[in-house]
Amino acid sequence: MATARSAEQILDEEFLTVRAKLLEVAAAFDRFDRGSGDVKADPRHATLVEAAGLLMTRGPDRAERLQLLFSREYEPGWRSEMGVRAGDQG
Amino acid sequence: MDYIDPHIHMVSRTTDDYRTLAQMGCVAVSEPAFWAGYDRGGVEGFRDYFEQLTAFEPKRAGWYGLQHYTWLCINAKEAEDVQLSREVIAMIPEFLERPGVLGIGEIGLNKNTKNEATVFLEHVDLAMRTGELILIHTPHLEDKHQGTRMILDMLTGDSRIQRERVLVDHVEEHTIRAVREAGFWAGMTLYPTSKCTPERACDMVEVYGPDRLMVNSAGDWGPSKPTAVPDFILEMRRRGHAESLIRRVVYENPLEFFAQCGRFEFTPR
Repeated sequence: MATARSAEQILDEEFLTVRAKLLEVAAAFDRFDRGSGDVKADPRHATLVEAAGLLMTRGPDRAERLQLLFSREYEPGWRSEMGVRAGDQG
Repeated sequence: MDYIDPHIHMVSRTTDDYRTLAQMGCVAVSEPAFWAGYDRGGVEGFRDYFEQLTAFEPKRAGWYGLQHYTWLCINAKEAEDVQLSREVIAMIPEFLERPGVLGIGEIGLNKNTKNEATVFLEHVDLAMRTGELILIHTPHLEDKHQGTRMILDMLTGDSRIQRERVLVDHVEEHTIRAVREAGFWAGMTLYPTSKCTPERACDMVEVYGPDRLMVNSAGDWGPSKPTAVPDFILEMRRRGHAESLIRRVVYENPLEFFAQCGRFEFTPR
């Protein structure tokens, strides 16, 4: 299902909102730098940096990829590791 | 526009909120059982809670012309206590035939533990033995992806389940596709700081279409907005979407899903 709006219309309508959100992110990184100590070795900081870089990539699924970046990885063998049966399959 | 909020915890909200919902066009709410913010001390606490959900809340909703429906379970946050969970699951059938009860929910996972999975499966088994619909909570933030996949593993591993009779809630961009491709209904929850914003929910309608998709506020005792569904409606209108598309997501889809419950009775306005 396509969006009802053109890309130009979306840009017109959302430019200031997106600008404001990007500024919030930039200001947060500035606060990290101004704070005492150093968080650059913290994996959460590295994830935020990676997330900011992800925004510059192309593709229709940036939001999905950002979500996955902040997610624990799915472990397909979880049932055998936990010893949990599968529904009515015994 | 008349709309239905298919997931909202009205026991945590004031009577004024019922009034506001009615003023905003809400004609019905569906209230899953959930965590009270503290772990209940025993099965009697749940019996009292189910009494509130099935007797008092429909009355309170009715003061403003709203129709109230509910779902019963012990939530994932309290499922670590497997013994208590089994006592609650054994007690649930006392309430299943009450008017307005739509099924078992919101069951699911919280921290994706073995005990949570065990209790989830026992709830599913109860639903299958009693022929009930299921409403599912998926975990938050970094646990959502793994937890949703675990839930899908358990559901698709049970050949008794009719997938169109299961609603998997709180989907986001990284979980909606798997839920819908597996044949389940999906719910998008609008929260101020986690889950979806109205804008992102509209994006998902645009990307995935309206089939088997609903939107809810999940308003509760935490930071949440009971009138979030009207925010979604406004955003869809702002983007130029047809009234028929909006109505399908916020009104017709919940009705279609709920109507699979034999006890479901709804009077349109």
